[in-house]
Amino acid sequence: MTAAPLAPVNYSTAVDKVGAGPRIRTAVRAIIAIILTIIILIPVVWMGMTAFKSHPDAVSVPPVVFFQPSLESFVSLLTQRRQLTNDERAEFAARTDLTWADQLMLQRGQVIIGESNFRAQLINSIIIAGISTVFSVGFAVLAAYAFSRFHIPGKDDLLFFILSQRMLPAVVVTIPIFLMYKELGLHDTHFGLILLYTSFNLSFAVWLLKGFIDEIPREYEEAALVDGYTRLQAFRKIVLPQATTGIAATTVFSLIFSWNEYAFALMLTSERARTAPPSIPLVLGVGTIEWATIAAGSLAFLIPVVIVTFVLRKHLLRGVTFGAIRKG
Amino acid sequence: MATITLQNVEKKFGDVFAVQPLNLKINNGEFIVLLGPSGCGKTTTLRMISGLEAVTSGNIMFDSKDVTWLHPSERDIAFVFQFFALYSHMTAWENIAFPLQAQGMMRHDIKQRVDDVAQMLQIEHLLDARPSSLSGGDQQRVALARALVRRPAAFLMDEPLGALDAEFRETMRAEIKRLHISQGATTVYVTHDQIEAMAMSDRIVIMSNAVVQQVGTPAEVYHDPANLFVARFIGSPGMNLISATYSSGSIRLPGGNQYAVPDHWQSKLQNGLPANGSVIVGFRPEAARVHPEGRLAAQVYADDLHGGYSMLHLELEHGTVIHARSSRETSYPIGTPIKFDLDPAMVRFFNPETELAISNGRAS
Repeated sequence: MTAAPLAPVNYSTAVDKVGAGPRIRTAVRAIIAIILTIIILIPVVWMGMTAFKSHPDAVSVPPVVFFQPSLESFVSLLTQRRQLTNDERAEFAARTDLTWADQLMLQRGQVIIGESNFRAQLINSIIIAGISTVFSVGFAVLAAYAFSRFHIPGKDDLLFFILSQRMLPAVVVTIPIFLMYKELGLHDTHFGLILLYTSFNLSFAVWLLKGFIDEIPREYEEAALVDGYTRLQAFRKIVLPQATTGIAATTVFSLIFSWNEYAFALMLTSERARTAPPSIPLVLGVGTIEWATIAAGSLAFLIPVVIVTFVLRKHLLRGVTFGAIRKG
Repeated sequence: MATITLQNVEKKFGDVFAVQPLNLKINNGEFIVLLGPSGCGKTTTLRMISGLEAVTSGNIMFDSKDVTWLHPSERDIAFVFQFFALYSHMTAWENIAFPLQAQGMMRHDIKQRVDDVAQMLQIEHLLDARPSSLSGGDQQRVALARALVRRPAAFLMDEPLGALDAEFRETMRAEIKRLHISQGATTVYVTHDQIEAMAMSDRIVIMSNAVVQQVGTPAEVYHDPANLFVARFIGSPGMNLISATYSSGSIRLPGGNQYAVPDHWQSKLQNGLPANGSVIVGFRPEAARVHPEGRLAAQVYADDLHGGYSMLHLELEHGTVIHARSSRETSYPIGTPIKFDLDPAMVRFFNPETELAISNGRAS
């Protein structure tokens, strides 16, 4: 006689859920985590605050914590302006067809004369970082799968060779790359930066993804193979969905690198393909450094990466638990 | 359904044989178990039949078709893995339907086939669940359903019960056996569990060190092991094997015992043993019968109650202990002198140099 199956236990019976001592330990852990989070977030929060400060508030000493929020810095980020003389200022003040943005700038004695390059640069950033991320993750998934599953002569050497690309500080080769890009006509092109970022990201992405694909049991694909699928179909229907976590993590890392890259973007672009990072510090105002505008630019610059990371967070947090294979 | 023929199939990894050249004919509808300790080449053999592993040389035929170099997907086989290999990103239903989708079958027909097989395995209520929320036994049922739904030419199973709890294992063993009988499909089943092999198979292929040791029905490998390895490996405990010396119709056993060899064995022993007459006598625990007038003497070394019977450990002399089954009614204190007899029909003889059994003349 076999016993009737027991009802499933749907609550955790882990021992650390019981007793006062473990509970205190959990609380201490939580408090430490919260403190660390706050410390990490301080610069970001300060940047966010500065972005909404008016020009005088942003540079006041001691710093203002409570202030009247203003969109002044965002307007100056997105526009080009001219300083008005006192006569012109009176004339403008009398006009009634001014938008809220015009009026905001008028308080600083400036008139909007056109759009700034920031929007175009942000779009450049999105194009270049986006495409280079898709390329590096796409190529890396194929390479990692091959390294993980196939017998490749000299596999270890090849993997080391790929990794060795990260051993040289990239900035060291800026000048040669600059000269080569000039010669090849890649200077100040989107393709030039996409190519560069893809190759920078590939080595890291291959290694990261290989780890994740190694974790996927071969039986999954073998089951698909005997069930009548080709290797490519098995890869698409089985390996890719199982590797979602790894692909998500690699995507975020690659995107953040391409998105934040500064030195090469500064050297290899000037007008058409200039991305946001080298431009933000150059928003120098007339006579002073416009801290509020720089903060506004940095905040706007953060948003796309935050959105992508937020969308992928479920996959990032899920970890490498593959339910259906029992070990041992 | 198909007859599977392996002709001189071998597998080498570098210079090491994973499977030495192997010849085997698996009949249509037969349940064959590949049995052996881990690393003996049984799983490699199964994977070569499936096409997941390429052969180093030799041919594999399904009926009269040479499939040696066909892709696994072209062989019309189903494979059941030890750890189920259910796709965790699909529901049970999608898992079962997956092989049918590969064939480009119509959605309506797929539904019909999945429903049929789910009903057969009584897993209809699990079809919407993800594999990770199922118990081990239910996961294996889904994996079996995925194999059955194809109606393939052959089922290949690689220790399908190895990952299950003991309780489930018994149930699933019976389920697989019933399925095999109702489907009549050629099945090749790999296990290291000799009880499983005895219980389920039509024939057992016993492998060790990349070599097939014996092919036979469960009764054959149990009663007439081809060599010492099979004698030790089959049975729990294995066959009693005692080093002894033969001379003119009688065998001198340890502890001063003499065993009179039945007449029809004598000439075979004369021819089959080394010149010095050294022999290994083998017999199953149930062949040794405790009897007050028995001709063999020993001392009780230990006495284990196994429920329906007890297992006596008898010491013939220091260091030579044999197992004998006895009824559970009588208990024997340790150290009791005891007499027993051997059932002459169940005694086997092995050549200690070749480790092979001396043939008893019957075709096996």
